[in-house]
Amino acid sequence: MRARLLVAPIPALLLLGAALLAPGCAKAPALDATPGPKILRFGNGTEPQDLDPHIVTGVTEHHIISALFEGLVTYDASSEGTAPGVAERWETSPDKLTWTFHLRPDARWSNGDSLTARDFLRSFQRILTPSLGSEYAYKLHHVVGAEEFTKGKITDFAQTGFSAPDDHTLVLRLKHPVPYLLEALKHYSWFPVHLPTIEKFGPADRRGSRWTLPANFVGNGPFVLKTWLSNQMITVERSPTYRGAVTPRLDGIAFYAVDSEDAEERMFRGGQLHVTQTVPLGRIDAYRSQPASPLVIAPYYGTYFYRFNTTRPPLDDARVRRALALAIDREAIVKNILRAGQEPALHFTPPYAGFTPGEVLRPELAEARRLLAAAGYPEGRGLRRIEILHNTMEAHKVVAEAIQQMWKTGLGVDVALRNEEWKVYLDSQHSLAFDVARSGWIGDYPDPHTFLDLWVSGGGNNNTGYANPAYDRLLATALNAPDEPARMAIYRELDAIITRDLPVLPLYFYKRVYLLSPKVRNWSSNILDNRGWQYLDLAN
Amino acid sequence: MIAAPATAPSVPPAAAERPHSPGRDAWLRLRRNRLAVVSGIFLLALAFTCIVVPPFLGQGYADQNLSLGATSPSAAHWFGTDELGRDQFARVLYGGRISLMVGFVASLVALSIGVTYGAVAGYVGGKLDALLMRVVDILYALPFTIFVILIMVFLKEPMNDLDAWLRRFDFLKNLQGIGKIVGLFAAIGAVEWLTMARIVRGQVLTVKKMEYIEAARTLGYSHARIIFRHIIPNVLGPVIVFTTLTIPAVMMLESFLSFLGLGVDAPLSSWGTLIKDGADKMEDFPWLLIFPGGLFATTLLALNLLGDGLRDALDVRAAKD
Amino acid sequence: MLRFILKRLLETIPVLLVIVTATFFMLRLVPGGPFTAEKAVSKEIMQNLEAHYGLDKPLGRQYLSYLADLAPKRFAPWRLFADADRNGTLDFDLQAAFGINLGPSFKYPNRTVNEIIAGKLPASLELGLWALLVALALGITLGVLAAMRKNTGVDYAASTLAMVGICVPTFVMGPLLVLLFALHLRWFNASGWYIAADRVLPAATLGLVYAAYIARLTRGGMLEVLNQDYIRTARAKGASELRIVLRHALRGGLLPVVTFLGPAIAGIISGSFVIETIFQIPGLGREFVNSAFNRDYTLVSGTVLLYAGLIVGLNLVVDVIQVWLNPRLKFE
Repeated sequence: MRARLLVAPIPALLLLGAALLAPGCAKAPALDATPGPKILRFGNGTEPQDLDPHIVTGVTEHHIISALFEGLVTYDASSEGTAPGVAERWETSPDKLTWTFHLRPDARWSNGDSLTARDFLRSFQRILTPSLGSEYAYKLHHVVGAEEFTKGKITDFAQTGFSAPDDHTLVLRLKHPVPYLLEALKHYSWFPVHLPTIEKFGPADRRGSRWTLPANFVGNGPFVLKTWLSNQMITVERSPTYRGAVTPRLDGIAFYAVDSEDAEERMFRGGQLHVTQTVPLGRIDAYRSQPASPLVIAPYYGTYFYRFNTTRPPLDDARVRRALALAIDREAIVKNILRAGQEPALHFTPPYAGFTPGEVLRPELAEARRLLAAAGYPEGRGLRRIEILHNTMEAHKVVAEAIQQMWKTGLGVDVALRNEEWKVYLDSQHSLAFDVARSGWIGDYPDPHTFLDLWVSGGGNNNTGYANPAYDRLLATALNAPDEPARMAIYRELDAIITRDLPVLPLYFYKRVYLLSPKVRNWSSNILDNRGWQYLDLAN
Repeated sequence: MIAAPATAPSVPPAAAERPHSPGRDAWLRLRRNRLAVVSGIFLLALAFTCIVVPPFLGQGYADQNLSLGATSPSAAHWFGTDELGRDQFARVLYGGRISLMVGFVASLVALSIGVTYGAVAGYVGGKLDALLMRVVDILYALPFTIFVILIMVFLKEPMNDLDAWLRRFDFLKNLQGIGKIVGLFAAIGAVEWLTMARIVRGQVLTVKKMEYIEAARTLGYSHARIIFRHIIPNVLGPVIVFTTLTIPAVMMLESFLSFLGLGVDAPLSSWGTLIKDGADKMEDFPWLLIFPGGLFATTLLALNLLGDGLRDALDVRAAKD
Repeated sequence: MLRFILKRLLETIPVLLVIVTATFFMLRLVPGGPFTAEKAVSKEIMQNLEAHYGLDKPLGRQYLSYLADLAPKRFAPWRLFADADRNGTLDFDLQAAFGINLGPSFKYPNRTVNEIIAGKLPASLELGLWALLVALALGITLGVLAAMRKNTGVDYAASTLAMVGICVPTFVMGPLLVLLFALHLRWFNASGWYIAADRVLPAATLGLVYAAYIARLTRGGMLEVLNQDYIRTARAKGASELRIVLRHALRGGLLPVVTFLGPAIAGIISGSFVIETIFQIPGLGREFVNSAFNRDYTLVSGTVLLYAGLIVGLNLVVDVIQVWLNPRLKFE
């Protein structure tokens, strides 16, 4: 066999190609390990969809957007309280239905334009415009006429409860009192956007406009957008035009799009990240045992629970649901599987200042067996196989496996697991195509209302088929309660109804578990895992 | 079109002069290849252990002991336990059942499609052959892994339903997750048959031209007799070799699907899912990776060595490389 | 040769059409849509969203208009890389070059599928290229060594090393390499794609798999060539073993490796998603897998199409190289 030509050209060609490609990467920002500019390197989960506050729906986006924009009010240094944002002060009418915000006269956009109440009005109008199709428009529906405007029943925005008597005054007229309004205002759906910039790139109500790309971006937050490397990172730098109560101390933040928790943990260990989103389950113990551990376990306002499909026998029988709920050893799950100090949930609404549960579950196997027998299934005989639906993820799988085992050995109930990929799982949940479905809910705002609101009959997030007119009536009175103790008493009763009827099976209250470098200063975190970025600092 | 790429065989003329009872010669040659013999024995022992032993362990793959948690290997738990306190030895053996089954059955699926397709193309020849092989060439150019993922995403729901339906029958009750496994067979088998088709066609073409086949034809023997008596025995060698080499490839593919969460469902586990879980915990609970990973690698190694040995013994060139 | 290339390209069109059609309808049959969200979306909003992306039209109409967007409208391949963007990465502008519009992304509203693919392709290609280099360098070296010292310790060691690549899944090998070289020895970053050194571990992980195959092929090819007459002649003339291998045997011995390049390239390009996840590389593989899970219909179809196109194209290049190397083959 004779070959006349050398094979050598192939590697040479490949090298040449590599050399051609290399300049592309050389220009990418190098990760700076040496102290210099103070850049916080923040592991931020998945790639953000967009940075338009009226389009996005996720938590990763919230982190970045809250650095790039500022609403009427913002987080204080402890992140638990409220500090003035664009509004320097505000007052409420005696009937709690009219809120007046006085805006800071020196508020500026990052391009130097002054920020006025009209900007807020136009922003609210934009998010509520039907053709924009904003999924979070409903967050503004407390205001008179807002819902009708989104549904196209009102087309004149002047007829809604949003108004601006002058450039620096903004008035909101509400449909009903909203005790947690200030907390709600910290959500990005209430943030102002710079309409002249948006309109440069197309109609204000068109999705997918390019105004959120770094070169075009205009915001009003403590930081401005600098670079966006898709699936890598988004960097923001201190805004020169920001005139908030405190000047940001960081020079910038790099939000890393890291979608693998194992990779994220390795990056933290390699010194590439200051903060992570999470810690792989298996690594928690190793971190916990370290001296001066970077492991942070913080309260998180959320409940991990299983939904029952109350429209399907045998789960339409409250006794069966109760039996299943009582047969679970939550302590064992929390201690042996989750290992991060999560609190077993014996009722649905997570702990909150002023709120105490009206009734709690008392897990007991004997009682569970008795209930199951009373429902006509002694020792599980005659009961059909029950399927637990969970989305594809290791942590959910492990918990479901443990519960499967507890129901099998404790009650003799035959259980199968069904693992569906995220979108399919959501679809099954919305269409009630399940027996028992793993679920979780993180509060939209820190108030029990965000949890108890879920179980209203026919509610969009109910997904259990549960309908209880008495519950609905009681819930409707909550926001009109004369004072806070009275309101909390109503929530106490609502929570007790859920614990009695059990359309859902509470399992545990979440904890945020993540890694934090000791270099990060002034770190704080509220129960929704939010903070004002302007307060943070880095030690050299 | 250019002559076949690497994975397709260019059967050497030497194959045509093979003695009439090649089986015995091959067996003798194979026996002289110590690595292949050891591999074969290992695989037989492994398959036997995975199939026969699990019911006698006294521990199922799903039996938990939450208070025990993850423990390193001990006399009670040879391979240690995972975080749910499940005996890793049982899980590895049950996982081996699934992985071996996926490997074998998916390869058989690929084999049957490939052999039929290739044999038809080669035997009929002419325009049909040209057309069929053109299709194979074209399919070769497709991004396989991408397609397997798409097929798995697509099949996941139907297979979940099939699973639920199958489990209504009492005798299948314990085969939870069987639907997903069927899906795996289909998805992997559907993309792995191409090379097999090429090999078989090439072999059939060579054999068809041989004098004794021509003679058989002029003597008026039926197609069936020609195919079964003469062609199949001659095609068998490469097919066996290639199947042996396909199994590890399939097992590897299954482990990738597990990495993406498209593998078998909990609490069932294959070696792929065990390795994926173990890889995440390798620093804290190394035994969760070492045992399934070690067995997986050894099995793949043995299959490859056996395949190589068979290739040498059966004198099949370029079945895989 | 030109006729051969044109013929191959023409044959590709129906294939791509079948792929587009299959992906288009398969995706829409899978439960869950691009706007299925955890929190309930009101009916009005959902209708507006679907209207915006044309998902409210009959499926047939959607399909036809998608095809119309895909159809090439001009032929200006030189503009493919003309408009390199600010980041200095290779731009891959299908719109400017061929007028191919892959549509808007459902998941990422401010980006089109064209842009996403243009942004992600360079990393995947670069990773593939480095991996191929690692595979060739390591594979050929091991293969030649094994062949030169057949049935000795060297041969067995090289073969065993090669086998590791075949038997250990990349999602085990990758984290192992990271633990050793990034976290223990601190030579590299644990993951990312920012500086030149970030290429080393991913390329090594991916390259190792193919190095194993290439080593086996090289060994086989070399053994065959080393038995040829002209090598014996060279030996008889007293040429040194190294000279024989490098000057005479390598050329012929590597032919099987060249034939393997086609499948190897396809595997490297479309199989890189595991590596891209482990090392958080902004490549097409990660984007593809995520888009399939996100039900980002247009992004899935676009990526699949691009993969198919890429593999067809690269196979064509390999075929041409093969004929160029081995004159016994002819373009048919």
